[in-house]
Amino acid sequence: MKFLLDGVPRSALVLLALFFAGLLFAPMVANDYVLVVLVTILYFAYAGQCWNIMMGFAGQLSLGHALYIGLGAYITAALYVKFGVSPWIGLFPALAISGAVGALIGFLAFRFGVSGVYFAILTIAFAEFARIGFDHFTWVGGAGGFFLPVANYTQNDFFNLRGSQRMFYYILLAMTVAVFILCHLLLRSRAGYYWLAIRESPEAAEALGINIFRYKMYAVVLSAALTALGGVFFAFFYNNLFPEQVFHISRSIEIILGPIIGGIGTLFGPIVGAFLLTGLAESLREVMLRLGVDLPGVKQVFYGFCLLVVVMFLPDGVWPPLKKKLGLDRDTERKEG
Amino acid sequence: MASKTRISRRTFTAGMGAAGIVAGTAPFNIISAQGAPLKVGVLLPRSGAQAGIGQDCQRGVDITAGILKDLNLPSLQIMNGDTETNVEVARARAERLINEGAQLLIGAFDSGQSTAIAQVAEQRGIPYVINIAAAPPITEQGYKFVFRNFPTAPTILSNAFENQIEIFKATGNAPKTAVFMHVNDTFGAAMQKGFTGIMGKYPETPYKVLETIAYDGTARDLSVEVAKAKATNAEALVMVSRLNDAILITRELIKQRWSPKAILSMGPGWYEDQYLKTLGKLGDGPMSFVPWYDPNKKLSKALETALAKAHPGLNMNTNHVYTFEALLIAADAYKRAGSADPKALADAIRATNIKDNVSPGPGIQFDAKGQNAALKNSAIQNRGGKLVTIAPASASNAKPQHPMTPYDKR
Amino acid sequence: MTTEVILKIAISGVLTGLVYGLMALGLSVIFGVVRVVNFAHGEMMTIAMYLVIVLFSALGLDPLIMLVPISAVLFALGYLMQRAIINPFINRPEHSQFMLLVAVAIVMVNGLLLIFGPDSQGITTAYSFDSFDLGGVIIDAGKVYAAIAALLVAVALFAFFRLTLTGKAIRACADNYHGALVVGLNVKQLYALTFGIGAACVGAAGTMLMIVTDVTPAIGPAYTLLAFVIVITGGLGSMPGAIVGGILIGLTEALGGFFFTPSAKTMFSFAILVLVLLFRPQGIMGRKTA
Repeated sequence: MKFLLDGVPRSALVLLALFFAGLLFAPMVANDYVLVVLVTILYFAYAGQCWNIMMGFAGQLSLGHALYIGLGAYITAALYVKFGVSPWIGLFPALAISGAVGALIGFLAFRFGVSGVYFAILTIAFAEFARIGFDHFTWVGGAGGFFLPVANYTQNDFFNLRGSQRMFYYILLAMTVAVFILCHLLLRSRAGYYWLAIRESPEAAEALGINIFRYKMYAVVLSAALTALGGVFFAFFYNNLFPEQVFHISRSIEIILGPIIGGIGTLFGPIVGAFLLTGLAESLREVMLRLGVDLPGVKQVFYGFCLLVVVMFLPDGVWPPLKKKLGLDRDTERKEG
Repeated sequence: MASKTRISRRTFTAGMGAAGIVAGTAPFNIISAQGAPLKVGVLLPRSGAQAGIGQDCQRGVDITAGILKDLNLPSLQIMNGDTETNVEVARARAERLINEGAQLLIGAFDSGQSTAIAQVAEQRGIPYVINIAAAPPITEQGYKFVFRNFPTAPTILSNAFENQIEIFKATGNAPKTAVFMHVNDTFGAAMQKGFTGIMGKYPETPYKVLETIAYDGTARDLSVEVAKAKATNAEALVMVSRLNDAILITRELIKQRWSPKAILSMGPGWYEDQYLKTLGKLGDGPMSFVPWYDPNKKLSKALETALAKAHPGLNMNTNHVYTFEALLIAADAYKRAGSADPKALADAIRATNIKDNVSPGPGIQFDAKGQNAALKNSAIQNRGGKLVTIAPASASNAKPQHPMTPYDKR
Repeated sequence: MTTEVILKIAISGVLTGLVYGLMALGLSVIFGVVRVVNFAHGEMMTIAMYLVIVLFSALGLDPLIMLVPISAVLFALGYLMQRAIINPFINRPEHSQFMLLVAVAIVMVNGLLLIFGPDSQGITTAYSFDSFDLGGVIIDAGKVYAAIAALLVAVALFAFFRLTLTGKAIRACADNYHGALVVGLNVKQLYALTFGIGAACVGAAGTMLMIVTDVTPAIGPAYTLLAFVIVITGGLGSMPGAIVGGILIGLTEALGGFFFTPSAKTMFSFAILVLVLLFRPQGIMGRKTA
């Protein structure tokens, strides 16, 4: 525990504890609609954090992260529907396969020197491959979609991930907290420092003897595998999978919006970003409803403008300046990025 | 929109009679308790890729109030929800509407979104009447609160073959070969899946399918696909497509100088207003085998008149009809249930038996799975910029024309 | 019989590829010179396509005539975008540029959706249904006109960059940013000009595309992706490369769609992209740069 809290300023811990408590007790006071919104926020916080590992830590811009969500979703869903395998067991092959695909992409990219925007486009290509491929993969429904059986649940079947919204909420909360802690530990581990070095100055890092290829691969594989878990959640919560939606590039973009708005490479960035974005979207909807404005598409235009403003004037994301405002970064000398 | 209808027993029975609702359903004396309109959440894609269709369905919603009043059915308070053509948003919207007091949901045109909403409805125990969605699994889950007044893809296929057999018997000549082209999306894939199996159940189908060509729905250039189809030398073109593809494909047919003897479409697009408007006389001829309305039914005529008044020049189509019927079901069930209690509503819906309706077939009734299995689909043909119903004979108003006039002779 | 069909499809692929090549040329110019990842490229083309619809319904002009005014409008749009929004981002990390342009793209797509609605819209010209019959091989007339126009615009662009002073100045900026500054070139202005030119290309390509297809607000992103695939395949910074890449991709998709299943035809472009990225990252006609 001490290792976890080492170096974190007291004020930050207090805020964190309050925040966590809020999330923990939210289902008791919130209605089902707010719960669904919270689930959406946590889902994007989780996926964004996983993406952040590849981008923020290893500096590789992936625009095809929906690939891993989709793989995780389809693998566990297929195992469950076709063979009755519980998702808790099914997630292991999902992790392995996603990690392997991530490794493949990483290997192809790093060995052949594909980086920057080329790497991003490579990731898009693979996601599109998967999308079109699954569109034709009739064993799991192809373009027609893959459906998980659903019923009116009176009890929570934890083992098979069948149950109420609340159960899913807590599972997702646990996942998000776990990945948050994991990232925190990673950042202050040796790997974390190596990643920082690789990101800031690859040549210097190499000169120091850091095996760039290996550490970049670690980041990529970890990111891919963890993202797949998000896919498992997705499959069992929404219960239907369509390749056009699951692997679509707009999904990949949704995932990265949170971390970019919140702050890439920071620990809290993806979470702040997720709250901000979904919060903004829902409030916009509310405002428009109250004003009686019923122009479909206005919300997205406004949303785009807000994004534009944030990107133009808060280049490091919302979290770093917010952190400063809250006075939370006095004690942390070491920049997380 | 909400007008309190004071219903006395006399007007009520008269209304019941006019609506042709079978007598003998549960005695109805607690009318005063629900003078209040039923809160119905209408979930449609109002933005996103399917926005056009969502807005078209909305037209069906807009003309409902007047007709319900004429039928002496209780009025409905419509709460609009936009699914944004997105599964997660659909789910959140459904939750939202239920929280705001929706006592019944209808929607949502798309199978994926409808599935998400169905789950919410089932979990919250709020009845949900699906207006349009063809994927079979939705009513195979054993839900107690989900009802669908729309055919599944297998039903659309079966009816299509039945109608085709009838049509070609009537015209005396039939295409011997066909090429099957379908868009590779949810609907197209579902149709393709059932196609061969169901065609096997109708050995009288005159043509043999030479090749199946799947194409990407987002493709803007369908010249390769049409070239492939033309290369089979088939006599007929069997299609499952959307509106945009229908227009693009027709243009390609003309440019590549191929006039199939018949175009048999089992989906949207080939009969829609924009298709007819864009292509003019080049749009005549294709037959569409789709869920439609029975032009001979009284309520169909009433609906058509109402639509013509609100939107002159628009042809009445599937979107209007089935969205209207979903609301009709809601109002009718509300009346019979006597209360807005969700369980009572659900039971009332399950007992629905509306004979005076718009869609073809014996009327609106639901089986144990919540599906209206008695729905019949029609065959319509584009003629002179308008649509005529050519099959089944009992619900038709014109004779089929086959073969199609070649494009270069128009 | 089959040779004619294959020939027909191949020619169609090449013709369409030429128009796509023009679109990609715009991206190549922008990316090659300003080094900005223009993720709003396809969306800008969609704007041009809607301009065609508006002008056509208002004035009934043929797209071939509308080429010049619409390219001019897009030029202005590109110029303003660069000056007002993008300029401060030149030296920012790629993901920032990317996010900026994604935001711009979101605003564009949804703005168009608000104004024009989601339904597909198109124009019908006198030759919309025409085709040429060359000894059994049927070729779409509209595509031929569009391809020829695209080629002419591309040639004009090559001439501009090779022969005019401004063109050479722009190429100088691309080759050596600091050198250009040292020599006294107004790089900011030239960047804006370049973005404008790239936008004009896209405007011309969009106008040409309206001859053969329809537009909805949602098609932007797919074209953006296509432009990137073509540019990378053809070779970044190589203008002929963009055209060659366009033809290659157009041809592959057409033939791939014909011999396999059309619904998977985009997979072929991605396969080529991956192969290029791995084995010849400078593209077919690009020069190997540091």
